[in-house]
Amino acid sequence: MEAPKQQDTSFTQPNILDEWFVPKKPNKDEAEAVVRPSVSYWKDAWYRLLKNKLAMIGLVSLILLVLMAAFGPIIAPDSAETTVLQNQNQPPSSEHWFGTDELGRDVFIRTWEGARISLFVGVMAALIDFIIGVAYGGIAGYKGGRTDHYMMRFVEILYGLPYLLVVILISVVLKPGLFSIIIALSITGWVGMARMVRGQVLQIKNYEFVLASQTFGTKTSRIIRKNLLPNTMGPIIVQMTLTVPSAIFAEAFLSFLGIGIQPPFASWGSMANDALPVILSGDWWRLFFPAFFISLTMFSFNVLGDGLQDALDPKLRR
Amino acid sequence: MATYLIKRFFAMIVTLWLIITLTFFLMHALPGSPFNDERNTSEAVQKNLIAHFNLDQPVSVQYIEYLKSIVQFDFGPSIKKSSQTVNDLLGRGFPVSFELGMVTLVVAIISGILLGIVAALKHNGVIDYLAMTIAVLGISVPNFVLATMLIQQVAVNWELLPVATWKSWKHMVLPTLALATGPMAIIARLTRSSMLEVLTQDYILTAKAKGLTPFKIVFKHALKNALLPVVTVLGALAAGILTGTFVIEKIFAIPGMGKYFVDSINNRDYPVIMGTTIFYSALLIFLLFLVDVAYGILDPRIKLHKKEGR
Amino acid sequence: MEKILQVKNLHVSFRTYGGEVKAVRGVTFDLHKGETIAIVGESGCGKSVTAKSIMGLIPNPPGKITDGKILFKGKDLAKLPDRELRKIRGADISMIFQDPMTALNPTLTIGEQIMEGIIQHHKIARSNARKKALEILELVGIPSPKSRLKQYPHQFSGGMRQRIVIALALICEPEVMIADEPTTALDVTIQAQILDLFRDIQKKTGVSIILITHDLGVVAQVADRVAVMYGGKIIETGTKREIFYEPQHPYTKGLLNSVPRIDIEDAELVPIAGTPPDLFAPPAGCPFVARCGYAMEVCDRIYPTQTLKGNEHQVYCWLQDARAKTSFATKR
Repeated sequence: MEAPKQQDTSFTQPNILDEWFVPKKPNKDEAEAVVRPSVSYWKDAWYRLLKNKLAMIGLVSLILLVLMAAFGPIIAPDSAETTVLQNQNQPPSSEHWFGTDELGRDVFIRTWEGARISLFVGVMAALIDFIIGVAYGGIAGYKGGRTDHYMMRFVEILYGLPYLLVVILISVVLKPGLFSIIIALSITGWVGMARMVRGQVLQIKNYEFVLASQTFGTKTSRIIRKNLLPNTMGPIIVQMTLTVPSAIFAEAFLSFLGIGIQPPFASWGSMANDALPVILSGDWWRLFFPAFFISLTMFSFNVLGDGLQDALDPKLRR
Repeated sequence: MATYLIKRFFAMIVTLWLIITLTFFLMHALPGSPFNDERNTSEAVQKNLIAHFNLDQPVSVQYIEYLKSIVQFDFGPSIKKSSQTVNDLLGRGFPVSFELGMVTLVVAIISGILLGIVAALKHNGVIDYLAMTIAVLGISVPNFVLATMLIQQVAVNWELLPVATWKSWKHMVLPTLALATGPMAIIARLTRSSMLEVLTQDYILTAKAKGLTPFKIVFKHALKNALLPVVTVLGALAAGILTGTFVIEKIFAIPGMGKYFVDSINNRDYPVIMGTTIFYSALLIFLLFLVDVAYGILDPRIKLHKKEGR
Repeated sequence: MEKILQVKNLHVSFRTYGGEVKAVRGVTFDLHKGETIAIVGESGCGKSVTAKSIMGLIPNPPGKITDGKILFKGKDLAKLPDRELRKIRGADISMIFQDPMTALNPTLTIGEQIMEGIIQHHKIARSNARKKALEILELVGIPSPKSRLKQYPHQFSGGMRQRIVIALALICEPEVMIADEPTTALDVTIQAQILDLFRDIQKKTGVSIILITHDLGVVAQVADRVAVMYGGKIIETGTKREIFYEPQHPYTKGLLNSVPRIDIEDAELVPIAGTPPDLFAPPAGCPFVARCGYAMEVCDRIYPTQTLKGNEHQVYCWLQDARAKTSFATKR
């Protein structure tokens, strides 16, 4: 090859050595090298969640709330839930950390007993939504066609029902109590989950990698286990995390209206309801503690759900 | 578009029928409901009930007659007060609740959208964090908690505004604030995230490449697209506000439908519970339908999707 | 020939969580009046970033022009404040994007989208803007433009939409038009029509075009000159003839060998093995060294100097160095 107009400036650069002009030793790995180490989806999501400060605050406060719900009543100085009439409406003190109510009951103890109920209702509602919703949505999405059409028409009609009104209606009819609330919450609550799962399944079903598995003759159960589930798990977890606070809110709402948890049991909602008549007289602790912990719990689940959503979104992977 | 609307209209009717039927049979299954119990009612009320619900007829006839009366917007008598009907209560209470609900909805939509836009435009800035902190708090604090805290601080401790009832605009401030904060937070978060998403779209780049001003890019090109997802949740938000009026009216002693409804629940005044539930369900289901129509008008692409029904 | 746009030693970086990505590392080229220059390279080579930098459309943050000049009509676009740049964008320099399905706003009529540029820049009345829009739609080959103005993007096919995108880039009669992969998202038959349209428009309006593409077929059809980019740098540039018939850089040769040819029987398609370099930590030497069949020790250490093969034909490769030839000659 001729070089007619070579304008080579390399001769003015003394640091280029002649012996460098030899073929490079073949280095096969280099050309095909993977530039960054691959991290599994869940590990990657976990690292990203750890970096999200707000979500971490939510996670830590949730752990503390669960611990307090379990052990709070035990560590209180006034251990028994006694009705001592001399102790009515005491402000917070070393003996009653959150004060007492009009029957002389310790608000600290009642707050953590309320926490048990709120958390139980929230988690149960989310679990039931999960079971029904995933099964229903999964079948509709996977079967597709006519089955999907009719299943989804039914869901659409249920979806149009005003959630809290139905919950109120059911609660009025059923004997008031913990399980009535959970049933009332679940009766239409799963619809959102079913819609989401069906959408995901429908989308993933048509991805090339699922079609590829099918052409290899992979069994349906294996496709569901290996392809569909891992890819829908992210949005499902997010949905469940966000179901918990809305169930907790609904329970508190019902209890506040007087059709939720019945005395002698207490929930944060019913405690706030009981505190309504006394806030004008300045007994702030009666309202403040249950209100604060409802808000904290809902806040924690909400920010954790948001964080999970960001962390599990494959589009945001870097 | 037309096919789509007809389909949606049909679904609306079915949903309505479902809630009416559900209400009827739930009340029937209930011990102590007007259908099964004769103890707690006066003779005059008793007569009204038998006449209105056809209690001397078989259940199937009762059901058909009940459907007929609902279609004619007749919800029957109240158990507790022999002289008044559910319609009387609705006529008295609903205008107040409607006023509270509408003011709340307007406040929530306007402030939520503005907050969302500002947060999206100052993405990751101080204003964004501030707006989103407000939004997360707004979602986390239940409206009845916010309401009671507002009373305690603003009305009792600072004595800035009246505590309760519904007389002047001053009486409206606290209930509206308590009721609007949650929906506002939801709208703000949704507007922000969809605005951020829209701002990364190619057509925004096209608009920038045309040399348009940032103002035009945001308000002409981005906002309409960003608000589409917001429109879809308006129905659910309206439902939230409506059920919210139950507790807010109870707390602030506002003589609205919500207060009557809560009272009727506590008194087990079943015709009122049934009537209100059906009336509010119908209202909300109709609102959802309107939202779908609005969506179809806002998004020119919807016409293409009529086959899939969205 | 008059140089209408000069890009000099352009550097663009993006700040990401993983560190600074040096997407463009010293790109220099001129655009002459009325010509089409094609910037060719595989994805991630920095060609789109170069194009967006000219328009000032690099999102900042995270992107930033860290060095270099973009000279247009005596102004350095790289240093112009956004307020000034806006007057040039769309009016003097316009841009066409890859995917016509997403480049148009779905909620505005196409008439509105075409007219708003000229209303913004030329401050003319809507009725005049409408007249102009009809003219331009005619030019880009939209049949019965009058009724089409009121329609929405989803009512057009992909090819038609790309014509509309071109129309809104042309409405202010710009001097430079940057087309970023304008045919990639289209069917092959539509591609040919759009490329014909480019040539036709250039003949009628004299607009200079910067064409960003990875498709050498597209280059062959419309380009006058070609710049080949790799790893954020231009590694070879020349007239279309020089690049296609006398490619010098091993990467350019590789690119040409990986395109199917029907003029040579039994021509074998040879893919270029490996992937482009990681621009988090760009190599000190030639970016192509890891995939180059002729790589030498020097290529690893120092970036090659420029070699002029003709008036326009420049190449950056150590194989052009006299010492390289002896070394490879003795080895083989």
